[in-house]
Amino acid sequence: MLELIRQLGRSGISQFEKLGRANLFMLKTLVGFHGMLRRPGLLVAQLWSVGVLSLLIIVVSGLFVGMVLGLQGYNTLVDFGAEESLGVAVALSIVRELGPVVTALLFAGRAGSALAAEIGLMKATEQLSGMEMMAVDPIHRVIAPRFLAGFISMPLLAAIFSAVGVYGGYFVGVGLLGVDDGAYWSQMQAKVDLYDDILNGVIKSLVFGWVVTWIAVFEGYDTIPTSEGVSRATTRTVVYSAFAVLGLDFVLTALMFGE
Amino acid sequence: MKSNKTTELMVGMFIAAGTAALFVLAMQVSNLSSFGSTNSYQVMARFENIGGLKVRSAVTAGGVRVGRVSAIDYDDKRFQAVVTLDLESRYSDFPDDTSASIYTAGLLGEQYIALEPGGSEEVLENGSQIELTQSALVLEKLVSKFLFDKASEGETQ
Amino acid sequence: MTDTPNGKDNDTLVRIRDLHFSRGARKIFDGVDLDIPRGGITAIMGPSGTGKTTLLRLIGGQLDPDRGSVQVDGLEVQKLSRNGLYELRKRMGMLFQSGALLTDLTVFDNVAFPLREHTGLPESMIRDLVLMKLQAVGLRGARDLMPSELSGGMARRIALARAIALDPMMIMYDEPFTGQDPISMGALVQLIRLINDALGLTSIIVSHDVKETAAISDYIYVISNGKVVGHGTPAALDSTDSDWVRQFMHGLPDGPVPFHYPAPDYAEDLLNQAP
Repeated sequence: MLELIRQLGRSGISQFEKLGRANLFMLKTLVGFHGMLRRPGLLVAQLWSVGVLSLLIIVVSGLFVGMVLGLQGYNTLVDFGAEESLGVAVALSIVRELGPVVTALLFAGRAGSALAAEIGLMKATEQLSGMEMMAVDPIHRVIAPRFLAGFISMPLLAAIFSAVGVYGGYFVGVGLLGVDDGAYWSQMQAKVDLYDDILNGVIKSLVFGWVVTWIAVFEGYDTIPTSEGVSRATTRTVVYSAFAVLGLDFVLTALMFGE
Repeated sequence: MKSNKTTELMVGMFIAAGTAALFVLAMQVSNLSSFGSTNSYQVMARFENIGGLKVRSAVTAGGVRVGRVSAIDYDDKRFQAVVTLDLESRYSDFPDDTSASIYTAGLLGEQYIALEPGGSEEVLENGSQIELTQSALVLEKLVSKFLFDKASEGETQ
Repeated sequence: MTDTPNGKDNDTLVRIRDLHFSRGARKIFDGVDLDIPRGGITAIMGPSGTGKTTLLRLIGGQLDPDRGSVQVDGLEVQKLSRNGLYELRKRMGMLFQSGALLTDLTVFDNVAFPLREHTGLPESMIRDLVLMKLQAVGLRGARDLMPSELSGGMARRIALARAIALDPMMIMYDEPFTGQDPISMGALVQLIRLINDALGLTSIIVSHDVKETAAISDYIYVISNGKVVGHGTPAALDSTDSDWVRQFMHGLPDGPVPFHYPAPDYAEDLLNQAP
């Protein structure tokens, strides 16, 4: 019994140590940003691998989520004779919640795990150590560009997801189910507010981008440099990112959309 | 450091696509078009009860949106709600005996102010006061009035 | 080279005094004194796990000692500021056991990496320098390959070319001969000696390959259990009195480091059948 408590305490302390390391790591990364002004090529290369290569899954998912929302929304609203409001239902769901959150989860799964694995592997094959011995700070050269790329990509990907989703709902609702074209857009435009809904959605995706990329990059950097350690780091990235995104989503929603 | 021309091109297109998506959301999906820096002038109206009226609620005339509610205050000397309306400058010919009523859009919809023009020669200007107002219908008062009327009907019989 | 290394400052590149270092509960260095003379090849040998790689990290400033001093070229490594440490590292080259080439760059870009990062030289000059370094290790024709396409021996030679890119004053080799076939081993051995003499470097080799290391080293330190148990020229150590050093240098299976892991009496163990 006592041993259990001792173990709990030990793991708790090590979690706090990890949190401290993660924060110091974040500060060092922020300091490393100025180096990228001299070397924009690094950032561009990372935007490619983190942002552009995630486009496919984001667009496809956005399309299907929008189409399903159109279908489900229609089925529910038609009982109240309110199917003209389908545009509002689809747009608000996506712009406020599904856009930022689903994009963040998909991003964590695709780009986040890739980042963690890549950095972890660099650590395991002593590339990071080698860079240090060549008097190049690996945090400035390897970590900072990847972090900035994730932070920039996330809101863009979320916006693409939302736009594609709204049109997906349009395709199903208006194209297939016969909702009035004008009603779909006009009701939506009346009810969706630029600041309250769209801007808040963008803010959410910025916060998610920061947190997910931070987790991915740190797990890779902090990993035990063995193949087992790297694979565990990759898994942890996705799991912790999911927790963080969903938890932060609740907090942000309460702050933004509560009274 | 393989940032060749193709990579840079694709990254540029990605950022353009993301920004375009944001624009689409702003233009097509939101109420941006009804925003903007259209010039407006302010007019006050006092109500006994504004019901569920909110700031940014619509102000209409003949069913067309001509402005927005920009502020709601309470005058605790005269015990009235004071509502400030922002009317778009291009609608500058409202007579100064125009009435303002608070209606509900649809059965469960949100509340808005409808302007009914009067017949005066003078027009509403920045800072004018709308004198004729009709407060919002509060459901509970309607119900209790209905019950009261029904009850007194029963008594007189 | 005389039997004992010269203690004067301008003859000693790396001076280690009373070094203590522990990792967790395990004491890795327990009062180690080392002098690495300038201009020659000094080997640090010992059984696996004695912390030889840790010693290189201490010299390079990646780790700080618990107690004692590590001086490189007169500078106290652990007292250097971050910038000072980075300046010092530009004058050191390090060859990792696995080569540690950056996997997303070509061979050419890998060797060019320190030049591009630290010098403001134009690309045309960098190209010439890279080709010269690659020529020195015999792999100029491999310049457009990716690290994943290289054999282990080739990767180490590329890493060596990268380590000499900035013309450092010293190079540290971490287990350079481990797992090499005879031909690439021979090439590497010759390269290390050649480069050391041609460029006037000081080389530190950490290894447990006695034969190859002894063939090219000018001076050898043998470390075990956190202490220096013997040092001298290869010839001196070959005919040493110390049992321990003799077991190590000649590769004898049994001696001060026993063959058998501690266990109870053999006969009793067999007959008792109790677990």
